[in-house]
Amino acid sequence: MSGFCVKRIDQQEVAVLYLQGYLDAHTAPDFEQALQTLVDENSVYIVVNLAELTYISSAGLGVFMGFIEDIRGKGGDIKLAEMNDKVFRVFDLLGFPVLYEIYQRESEAIEKYNQSRS
Amino acid sequence: MTDQTKEYKLKIPSQTKNLELIRNFVGEVARKVGFEGNEIDKIELAVDEACTNVIQHAYKRQEGKDIDVAVKLDYQKLTIVVTDKGDTFTPDQVEIPDLEKYLAELRVGGLGIYLMKSLMDEVEYESGPEGENQVRMVKYFLKEE
Repeated sequence: MSGFCVKRIDQQEVAVLYLQGYLDAHTAPDFEQALQTLVDENSVYIVVNLAELTYISSAGLGVFMGFIEDIRGKGGDIKLAEMNDKVFRVFDLLGFPVLYEIYQRESEAIEKYNQSRS
Repeated sequence: MTDQTKEYKLKIPSQTKNLELIRNFVGEVARKVGFEGNEIDKIELAVDEACTNVIQHAYKRQEGKDIDVAVKLDYQKLTIVVTDKGDTFTPDQVEIPDLEKYLAELRVGGLGIYLMKSLMDEVEYESGPEGENQVRMVKYFLKEE
């Protein structure tokens, strides 16, 4: 039991990853694997739903950093949704709101993809 | 003053699975002495970052090495000292003067040190009496405005 899990639900062409628990140096490889699977499938329209994420350290933030360039290079993006205040404060401290689109609702993030592709 | 000093210690193997336990240990001490929500979050994250650096850089992910975490309390502050006997860490070489540039280059390592310095009131690295590495982080109970 690692205290972390990642689930994936595809909403048509958008892949939504649901993170649950804590994302630190121990659990970051699980998240990395989930993103790598998406990249390998060329599923690059990605929303990460952080509603159930209780904690993130720089090891977790590093996973987002490690993939964003590659995914944007393929015409996709990682959009973030539903993060709680505690997790947002860490993202904010590192200036992530400038680098990533952050949405209150998962549906808004998905809609953004649908708009830009229509 | 020294009479009122209390110290809590944890010696734990250098495995990332122990980070949760380290966070809980330090967070619980902080809670007991009156820190609240957001401040406890900061303290837990700072100690996580320090110990992650030890595991990944000082011990280069070798498991089973010792990490010593000491939480010291006096009337004005909480001090966390993380000690390891791995490779010496020279934070000045990893210091991040320009976060924006750093993020623009999408560099991953080194964010932990930036975070520690942002989260705690004081962070300093030193060598212990037997050549061990120590990072000392301080959070004051009442921060001057």
